[in-house]
Amino acid sequence: MSEARAEILNRIALALDGVPSAVASMPGAERPQEVPRAYRADSEVATGSAQALEILVDRLVDYRAVVHRAASECDIAGVVAEVLSDAGSLVYPDGLDPAWLSKLPASVVTHEDSLTAPLGVMELDAIDAVLTACRVAVADTGTIILDGQPDQGRRAITLVPDTHVCVVYAQQVVHLLPQAITQLALHPTRPQTWIAGPSATSDIELNRVEGVHGPRNLHVIIVGG
Amino acid sequence: MSTFLGIPGLRKTQPAHDPNILPGTAPIPDEPLRWGQDFPHAAREALKNEQMRRNLGHATATIRAKRAQVVGEAPDWEDLRDTGSQLKINTLAALPALLEQFETNFTARGGTVHWARDAQEANEIVTALIKATGETEVVKVKSMATQEIGLNEYLAEHDIAAYETDLAELIVQLGEDMPSHILVPAIHRNRAEIKDIFLRRMEHTPEGMTDAPRELAMAAREHLRKKFLAAKVAISGANFAAADTGTLTVVESEGNGRMCLTLPETLITVMGIEKIIPSFTDLEVFMQLLPRSSTGERMNPYTSLWTGVTPGDGPQNVHIVLVDAGRTKALADDVGRAALKCIRCSACLNVCPVYERVGGHAYGSVYPGPIGAILTPQLTGSTGHSDPNNSLPFASSLCGACFDACPVKIDIPSLLVHLRARVVDEDKAAHRPTGWGAAMSAASYVMADSKRFALAEKGTGALRALAGKKGYVAKLPFPANGWTQSRDLPAPPKETFRQWWDRTHPQDSDPATQNNGDNNE
Repeated sequence: MSEARAEILNRIALALDGVPSAVASMPGAERPQEVPRAYRADSEVATGSAQALEILVDRLVDYRAVVHRAASECDIAGVVAEVLSDAGSLVYPDGLDPAWLSKLPASVVTHEDSLTAPLGVMELDAIDAVLTACRVAVADTGTIILDGQPDQGRRAITLVPDTHVCVVYAQQVVHLLPQAITQLALHPTRPQTWIAGPSATSDIELNRVEGVHGPRNLHVIIVGG
Repeated sequence: MSTFLGIPGLRKTQPAHDPNILPGTAPIPDEPLRWGQDFPHAAREALKNEQMRRNLGHATATIRAKRAQVVGEAPDWEDLRDTGSQLKINTLAALPALLEQFETNFTARGGTVHWARDAQEANEIVTALIKATGETEVVKVKSMATQEIGLNEYLAEHDIAAYETDLAELIVQLGEDMPSHILVPAIHRNRAEIKDIFLRRMEHTPEGMTDAPRELAMAAREHLRKKFLAAKVAISGANFAAADTGTLTVVESEGNGRMCLTLPETLITVMGIEKIIPSFTDLEVFMQLLPRSSTGERMNPYTSLWTGVTPGDGPQNVHIVLVDAGRTKALADDVGRAALKCIRCSACLNVCPVYERVGGHAYGSVYPGPIGAILTPQLTGSTGHSDPNNSLPFASSLCGACFDACPVKIDIPSLLVHLRARVVDEDKAAHRPTGWGAAMSAASYVMADSKRFALAEKGTGALRALAGKKGYVAKLPFPANGWTQSRDLPAPPKETFRQWWDRTHPQDSDPATQNNGDNNE
């Protein structure tokens, strides 16, 4: 194996040297140089502003996600209870704010999941819904990003149940993707899941159909703003 | 079977009238990058399939409209393209260092890095890794790299069943077909044909399933769910690999990718060495360029990022196979290497007038369309004059739509011309007389002398007779028939320029003298 490694690296070095290449120094060859970065890295749309939220909601609705609003922190539990009133069972990550679950009807059976006490795949498959927080959301692209921290949980819990309810604080909503990447780059090696709407496919005649393997229902609760 | 200059086509013959095989199916070839006839012959066959042409026309028109809308929304689209392009150029120039940096970071996080010089070596590595787990079934995320190396067929020969989980790949796999598009491998199929394939090949399709895309997608969900939940080994490709962090990225829509990347114990990723990007933060560029260019969405539904192993979350046995398989050959051509900038979005296919009409199978490679026409022959190299891949750079009208659509600004038309020149130069170097060469020599003899040229012009009257009322010549007689093989020749005008000049300037009958006089003033 290390033999292959050495040979590939050697082949690359030779190729880049322009060595016995009949076409070396052909006009039209592209050369390395400083990367121009004129794209929008920042935005005049303030993070968490009404405008940012409006754009996010527009995108999410376009992707057939269902958007709910909670006026403040203390309204989250009420909205969660309303959204999940029909769910028979719910899984949540161990780092979730327990207050969010405080108003759930008794009919909803809850399961806690953690890195140290993970639920099995089959157990997850039997659970209706999952409730998590998120790391950051991008208004421009309608993307909610999870980075596996204790309030978001293992990647499997937001994948197997058919309904994902995600709480997004207004202050977490940036306008553009580069603004989110700046935050994510603080911990780039965390496992990340970027979510833009429920599972979908465009494989049949290139028309988008919602709901294939991932959660078929995505509910987003926006807090404040 | 038709032949290419005496060499039989490589395409396996289809069983005659097998009712289980739909028209327009391309049988699984021995070489995923070189199958079938040369492009002109394959295209001629493909053009006879009207159903496929309708399917493609509908699908590419849909995606073009979606792409135009979301690209139009981004005021800095051209800036993003400039950045993406230069990032890729710089990556290729610094490839050894970036690969080593990636290896260090991925390994530090508990992943294992393997290197494969060619398809065979990559297949052997993956097979050995699967055998080590004791499993005989694996689930797969759609991956061009594994298509390119023919992994599924290799695994089947070694008693390992590989299940494609992307809906389009599933359609192709169940139909025992080849992909015809980089992003939507089953783009040549419409809903009715997909329903037909599911009914014939999928176990337990829902009763009364119609051809509504939603019902077909649900059938696929049911079909694959058990596989996902039971799978112990998954195989993926990667869209990007950040050198500075060792982070891998898979971009998808359905959630089948997340299933494969998250639930199994072992994850094996197969990736071409050119998929490296310098920095994690460069994702802010590529993750804007890719979704808008490929599915015409502001963002694809799901993107997964992982760096080696995360204890307690996802696969704990994580591997990557870095594959050369011809990439260093492409890299050695300092013009041709621009094809390695490709991020596999397929925007160039969707805007290509040639692709839209002939479909992907005519290119005889898992990389069809404009990018395939420049990437495939460089990855495989030429086996000589009669290599069908030599015809690929000619599979274009050079209209330039692909260059405009490319998110990383690959100048595909210029590369096509460059690669055409390479083919011609190879023939020249071999002192091989070609029809093209003979025609050019004849033209230069005629054009070098004004009297000879005038005489030749008079001869064009015969072409007018040949063109007749329709105004064009569809088929020239031998030996000029090569010219009209893939194009019509417009009828020459009634009067040549010289005839017009003589008629309108009776006192000054030589235009050349007139021009010289003007220049001297």
